[in-house]
Amino acid sequence: MSVGLVVVSHSDKIAVGIVELARQMAPTTRVLPAGGLDDGAIGTSFEKITEAIALADEGEGAVLLCDLGSAILTAETALDFLDDVQRGRVVIADAPIVEGTVAAAVAAETGGDVAAVVTAAESANRPGRAAPEPAESAEPAGSAETLTARATLVNKDGLHARPAADFVRRASEFGAAITVNGVDAKSLLRIMSLGLGAGSELTLTAEGPDAATALDALVGLIESGFGEA
Amino acid sequence: MGLTSEWARAWVALSAKVIAENRVELTALDRPIGDGDHGENMNRGFTAVVPKLDSLAEGSAADILKLVAMTLISTVGGAAGPLYGTGYLKAAGAVAGQDELDGASLVAILAAARDGIVLRGKALVGEKTMIDAWTPAVDAAAEAHAAGKSELEILQAAASAAEAGAVATEPLIARKGRASYLGERAIGHRDPGAQSTALLLRAAADAAAA
Repeated sequence: MSVGLVVVSHSDKIAVGIVELARQMAPTTRVLPAGGLDDGAIGTSFEKITEAIALADEGEGAVLLCDLGSAILTAETALDFLDDVQRGRVVIADAPIVEGTVAAAVAAETGGDVAAVVTAAESANRPGRAAPEPAESAEPAGSAETLTARATLVNKDGLHARPAADFVRRASEFGAAITVNGVDAKSLLRIMSLGLGAGSELTLTAEGPDAATALDALVGLIESGFGEA
Repeated sequence: MGLTSEWARAWVALSAKVIAENRVELTALDRPIGDGDHGENMNRGFTAVVPKLDSLAEGSAADILKLVAMTLISTVGGAAGPLYGTGYLKAAGAVAGQDELDGASLVAILAAARDGIVLRGKALVGEKTMIDAWTPAVDAAAEAHAAGKSELEILQAAASAAEAGAVATEPLIARKGRASYLGERAIGHRDPGAQSTALLLRAAADAAAA
């Protein structure tokens, strides 16, 4: 079981399109579209949102991403009608709908809880800005040593969305705090904000008990061209 | 002698009628400062309410208001759906179990509706929204009730205050919704939500007069 997502848009096509995009990077996560009115017209449907929440939340919670104002109002109204238990685990993320959904889907795919998925979605509000480095604060100095590795990106299209998602999923399997060119290797949007093109030199650091294994795996993944080079 | 569920039923029927009659005007108000669908959205909602109300053979005023709430939430589609829907839902809650509505009940209905809309939309007075019609209406109703006026007079006072409140949105700069994107260009346009509120509250008074 994992956290599910609901994409609430005024437009059915937008919602369905975002779901399609997110599923490419998070194939096993439940991402449900709730776009347009029941007859397909532009608007937001209380029923569609309510049904999508019921499918998205299998007990681990759900995160909603919304487009314009009334989508948020309708989503909030739908939350009001949930029972108290479910309302505690269904959250509306304050994030841009496309980038937020993609980041949330990858976080859900890697087993994040509701809070982690919301944080990932809301990281889209500040793309391009380096996060406070988790590696610096994660462990007291001296308890573990930071390992460093280098690799060259061979993909001709650079580190675009799909390989970036592969990278984040793989990095998230390790307990170690990992960075790539100074940003959190477990944050899809941070990595994509680096704008890494073909031939880029990547510097990876890892700190934690499985740091060496993590670097081996990630360097191998990068040098393999993510199966597309 | 207070009002009964028959008044609530008449209010809803009259609301559907005035919204249908004014849907072009409401949409015209929405076009320059919104997305030009308020009249159509409200009309879709109230058009859906009428047959549901007909099939509700018996029901208290609270039941009727709740039916309106659920139908508007489901069918309006724009921001007005959850806003009005929450308003009617809170209004229903304010008079649950009452067979007869006296002046205090009417003030409670209006205040609860306004509070529900504020809860949902987080708008304050002066931000060029339907709250600029609702809040003067609640104040006028409370004042009329305190002065010992009849149920009809309370609803008439609320309707007149809502109409004045809707007109008074014209010089305002919007702070909420899509109209807020326009900044000073929203000046001179009446808020469509405040206008539909004025229509609905005038229908409430007319239903009591009938």
